[in-house]
Amino acid sequence: MPEKPLAVAMSGGVDSSVVAGMLQARGENVIGLTMQLWNQRRLPEIQSDKATGRCCSLDDVYDARAVAQILGIPYYVVNFERDFEDQVVKPFVDEYLAGRTPIPCTLCNNFIKFDRFLEMAAGVGADRIATGHYAQIRWNPDSGRWEMLRSVDRAKDQTYFLFGLKQDQLARSMFPLGAMEKSAVRELARELGIPTAAKPDSQEICFVPNGDYAAFIEAYFREQGIAPQEVAGELVTADGQVVGEHAGVHHFTVGQRRGLRVAAGEPLYVIATDPASRRVTVGRDRELLCDRAHASGVNWISIAAPSEPVRAEVKIRNKHAAAPAIILPTSDPDRVEIRFDEPQRAVTPGQAAVFYSDNLVLGGGWIE
Amino acid sequence: MQRFYFDHNATTPVAPEVLEAMLPVMTEVYGNASSIHHFGQTARQRLDAARKLVAELLGAEPQEIVFTSGGTEADNLAIFGVVLGNARCGHVVTTTFEHPAVLASVAQMDHTLVPVDGRGMVDPDAIRGALRPETKVISVMHANNEVGTIQPIAEIARIAAEAGIPLHSDGVQAVGKIPISVADLGVALYALSGHKIGAPKGVGALYVRKGTSLKPMMYGGRHERERRAGTENVAGAVALGRAAEWIGDHGEAENRRQAALRDRLEQSILDRIPDTRVNGAGAPRVPNTTNIRFDGIDSDALLIALDLKGFAVSSGAACSSGAPEPSHVLLAIGLSRLEARSSIRFSLGRSNTIEQVDALVEALVDSVAHLRKLAPAYA
Repeated sequence: MPEKPLAVAMSGGVDSSVVAGMLQARGENVIGLTMQLWNQRRLPEIQSDKATGRCCSLDDVYDARAVAQILGIPYYVVNFERDFEDQVVKPFVDEYLAGRTPIPCTLCNNFIKFDRFLEMAAGVGADRIATGHYAQIRWNPDSGRWEMLRSVDRAKDQTYFLFGLKQDQLARSMFPLGAMEKSAVRELARELGIPTAAKPDSQEICFVPNGDYAAFIEAYFREQGIAPQEVAGELVTADGQVVGEHAGVHHFTVGQRRGLRVAAGEPLYVIATDPASRRVTVGRDRELLCDRAHASGVNWISIAAPSEPVRAEVKIRNKHAAAPAIILPTSDPDRVEIRFDEPQRAVTPGQAAVFYSDNLVLGGGWIE
Repeated sequence: MQRFYFDHNATTPVAPEVLEAMLPVMTEVYGNASSIHHFGQTARQRLDAARKLVAELLGAEPQEIVFTSGGTEADNLAIFGVVLGNARCGHVVTTTFEHPAVLASVAQMDHTLVPVDGRGMVDPDAIRGALRPETKVISVMHANNEVGTIQPIAEIARIAAEAGIPLHSDGVQAVGKIPISVADLGVALYALSGHKIGAPKGVGALYVRKGTSLKPMMYGGRHERERRAGTENVAGAVALGRAAEWIGDHGEAENRRQAALRDRLEQSILDRIPDTRVNGAGAPRVPNTTNIRFDGIDSDALLIALDLKGFAVSSGAACSSGAPEPSHVLLAIGLSRLEARSSIRFSLGRSNTIEQVDALVEALVDSVAHLRKLAPAYA
């Protein structure tokens, strides 16, 4: 009998193709699986001509299948469209309508890639999976925990989206690219003869190919036959003065400057959105500054849930340079308070707060 | 790895005698069957001989056989051809568990989908109830592709005849598995596909009863009695003819053999794996098909696990990306989404042996036990 199989999540992109190729070259018994998550022909009104930044297009499946054929590995497409819609798309829409700014990629990691996919892999006999994520996993025998570290290529690091992974999920997952630079990955793709070596990196949220979330939400509502809610409302300042009108809170995210259409002496930004009153509060840049936040749904990775305050660098959005802070446990074990050393700009409800100690990912939670 | 094929309702390998008959045609009988010279005449002779063989299999006259590119085209030609041939608009009655070749065709026009019962059977009275003055054609499959149930076509044909409406039957999954007589069935149109019966992909046929008004779908030369334009696929027709001939000579014995294997497979699964049941049990079925529900199992995972062990089975139709979707047939016979997604179709063919069936059962016992161990909901 050959080595127990290992399932690689193949998207058709360079990264996961290289993972499949390098593991096979290492002698692993690799099975390629592509997750069909979203039918890109749905919502034709938001179709984009952009060839990149979409998942599950027929081209991507074609690419993944072609790579599997070149490598000579078994390959299958598994259909998780319904799970994806229930666990990722619907919460994404709900969050936006609730005035928060969600991260569907994290939900997808938590509920699809490291849940349904792991389950499917185990079902077909693969107890371990590998993905093309840029992050590192290592076992710490002293603490008895699986730790997560930022990727060597800091520009590609995806740990911000992986804070929800539990110990049993980490134990069965491999991120072989975490120790590599992206340029080396592309080089290896060429060496392995992978035809997608020059394919551009994906951008944007996969099911919103043109990046227009508001248009996606509106198109999704039309498709579902849900009557458009009355969403238009007023733009107000912090002291309640009405300065304009807007077409719906789902057009706005905290810190946004674009699309406000208000003439003011100095640039105005979204400070907060309130779906109940349909009011969007705008203000000056300095009004975005905030020195504390609460996070709930907290998951601890590299350390056990602390009972004492912990010092950490906290990232409040993917492109944020982690800011020094102190994390304070609350009476609710799933909830923490974050006190930043310096006030941070645009702490946005719905985004993740991920706690780092240098390269180590301590854990993270959802900003309230 | 040795691989065994249990998906003959999806497609079959080209049978050796079929290949032998068609290969020389491709190189030696290359004339255009419409040409006047010797080359054309030779091709015409082979085409006519093939047409006769297909007609004999169905109990039809040769001039009632239209060669097509396959089952899908035959179904399309039957439905569009009759509806367009009758009037500008028309209504079609069909059932909820037809092949997409029918469902997607009727979706282009006014239509009624008659539900089927929990055994996978159409109620002829329900067809009667769905008829309207403007109904132009009734389309009911002869045997279902996924559960294998055989529909009461003759009874439906009587209803159709009373109403003066032509009946089309998609016979793609029935031909070769049960004896066919278009006269006994009373159908006006009957579709079949080559690649389901040991001929290659790319050839099929539509039986069109004399006197049935049919407008072509494809326009061009005056081929196939002006019912299907396009230079005749002589090699394909010869292959289909040879496959039909083989069925006439050996079909009955082979179907008895496959029925015994199918029954052995089905009984072994029911005996050895708890919480399994046969979808479409209790209805008359074609001899090669069994569709079995494994409670608590994700059929996609089971299909992949079996494929990795060398056994090819099916879990429903694949979408364009190749990802399986829950079978509309199983949903139509009343299974829940979850039940449909825990069902597997096994369809046997000439290549299968008793040893293969027993090996498949062993693989199933192991894989189902493994999957159930992982399924927290299944206790």
